[in-house]
Amino acid sequence: MARASDNRHKLLVTSVAWVVALAIFFPILWTVLTSFKTEGAAVAIPPQFLFFDWTTQNYAEVWARTDYLRHFTNSVVISVGSSLLGLFIAIPAAWSLAFSPTRRTRGVLMWMLSTKMLPAVGVLVPIYLLFKSAGLLDTRTGLVIVLMLSNLPIMVWMLFTYFKEIPRDILEAARMDGATPGRELLYILAPMALPGIASTLLLNVILAWNESFWTLNLTAASTGSLTAFIASFSAPEGLFYAKLSAASTLAIAPIVVLGWLSQKQLVRGLTFGAVK
Amino acid sequence: MTMKQCLLALCAGIATVCAAQAGAVTLTIATVNNGDMIRMQKLAGEFTRQHSDIELRWVTLEENLLRQRVTIDVATQGGQYDVVTVGNYEVPIWAAQDWLVPLEDLGEDFARDDLLPAIDDSLSHDGKLYAAPFYAESALTMYRTDLFERAGLAMPESPTWKFIRKAAERITDRENGVYGICLRGKAGWGENMAFVSTLAHSWGARWFDMQWRPQLQSRGWQAAVSFYVDLLKKYGPPGASTNGFNENLALFQAGKCGMWIDASVAAAFVSDPRQSTVSDDVGFALFPSRGTLENHGNWLWAWSFVIPSASENIEAAKSFVAWATGKSYMQLVAAESGWADVPPGTRQSLYSSAEYRQAAPFAGIVLQAIEAANTRHPSEQAVPYVGGNFVSIAPYQGIGTVVGQQISAAVAGQISTRQALANAQYIAEREMTRARYLD
Repeated sequence: MARASDNRHKLLVTSVAWVVALAIFFPILWTVLTSFKTEGAAVAIPPQFLFFDWTTQNYAEVWARTDYLRHFTNSVVISVGSSLLGLFIAIPAAWSLAFSPTRRTRGVLMWMLSTKMLPAVGVLVPIYLLFKSAGLLDTRTGLVIVLMLSNLPIMVWMLFTYFKEIPRDILEAARMDGATPGRELLYILAPMALPGIASTLLLNVILAWNESFWTLNLTAASTGSLTAFIASFSAPEGLFYAKLSAASTLAIAPIVVLGWLSQKQLVRGLTFGAVK
Repeated sequence: MTMKQCLLALCAGIATVCAAQAGAVTLTIATVNNGDMIRMQKLAGEFTRQHSDIELRWVTLEENLLRQRVTIDVATQGGQYDVVTVGNYEVPIWAAQDWLVPLEDLGEDFARDDLLPAIDDSLSHDGKLYAAPFYAESALTMYRTDLFERAGLAMPESPTWKFIRKAAERITDRENGVYGICLRGKAGWGENMAFVSTLAHSWGARWFDMQWRPQLQSRGWQAAVSFYVDLLKKYGPPGASTNGFNENLALFQAGKCGMWIDASVAAAFVSDPRQSTVSDDVGFALFPSRGTLENHGNWLWAWSFVIPSASENIEAAKSFVAWATGKSYMQLVAAESGWADVPPGTRQSLYSSAEYRQAAPFAGIVLQAIEAANTRHPSEQAVPYVGGNFVSIAPYQGIGTVVGQQISAAVAGQISTRQALANAQYIAEREMTRARYLD
């Protein structure tokens, strides 16, 4: 009796999980399907699900009209570059916050997080003027810096959470054996927190890949990322939904594949220390 | 050949390449994504063939993104762009700030005297032309001739709002998914407010009095907005408060709308059998008036090229602007893709072309609508602003969008029309005070 009830419960939970997963995935599926429709079929009423004339014309047009590879390269350089640079700063910061806490540690952490609560548009003009003076407008270096700064609070917070789980005794033992702070970080802490560091890196690559505010506002013709690539196919007057969907599919495909390949590490890192 | 000769030859080669590179100019052009602009990008090879020392780089963005992006750059003298695509909303504001280069010497092919007077006027400041129009539009009434015939109705060339209401009532057939009228309801200064502002002007209302006091609770606004909300609620499609140009275009092309009143650029889309299921049954008339008042609201929009004063390549930019907006470009498009694809609404010579009139049966009514638009006197009452489907002052983008949200909420039935306009009046007064138009 109890077993039957248990099975029913499992079935219910599984069904709900599938429904939620499909609901989350449906917009992506619909975008991919629309990318294979003609513009007419893309806005047909009632909507056409699978039975339409499939075409790859939109991909051909998107490919011919814009330089996908340039946008892709910019996205890779900006997202990976900003995440690596961020790690370089966030690891020592999180290490000092986790292992040398003071009475202001909590305040510092909250202050860092509070910078994420400021709407980016509020500092757009000052940042634009600074970039203009420094010659950083429409450069990859400028975008790497600004995206690193905007994601840094999240990186510090994530790494702080992972580091807090590592017993201090191990680090103290290393110090007793004469390890300098640099060696302690590199040879003791980093290997132990590798899953956390990897998931922080992956998550920030994804965040930087999807970032659209700065990548659209601080670029022109040279360093536009894939967000600028998508934006070039959106139009308020005229039907471009099928081409826009093709462009979106091309833009999200690399990051979806990356997420798929690294999902084990990502989940492991995100749940690190969550269950005690 | 001796080693010395080889080195000399190598140096000469490098010097030649460097000299060619030094002479080359790269123009960065910011533009919007629409059919005419994309076609122009494809044909731009012709320009670079004529100007081998000029290279073109394109930045294509969605309209609102483009506006945000280029406004920051132009206002801060960023110099990222050499040519920027803007509408006649921005031109007078930017020209007054000295952010733009006057376009007085674009050459013979540009022929300023060939521009339609309404367009020339809307892109000028103190008599100087600051923007070269690429294509322009007014607003039209598009309707289904088959449904009108079946309902025993005949659309006048210059309909009144009263007639539109009667026709919408007669045509609406909810059981078969046919709605009498489709109008913009999605909030935004360039979305529902483009229509509502034009409607209010045609109703005799005005945005501001001569002291810049908002007039959104005046009798004219109350009557116009009540009419619009009632019309959409009774005879519009479901979810009308979220429909913009593209949603209504899709509905009309699918045969769901008896009438659609919107930008004249839609005439080509609904008449195109490759896109529209009702292309053989579409008729056109002017934007409605109130009847006693011969005012069609004065909708006028011109996508145009400007050269920011911070550009370092002004002469090369002028060559490009003159090419893209000149008379020869029309001939080039006609030869490459047909007369129907020539960017409309800017030149008198286009409308006197028999080939164009044959290819675009709606050409006459579009010309009539553009010529009727008087953006200097959009309302029957005196106004301190230029506009029609917008008000050409800097705070309008914000005011228009927030007022649009209130009116969209009224269409959705969340608040009453009276409440929407009271909120709109409060917001407009607050923003005009902040912008120092009011004390």
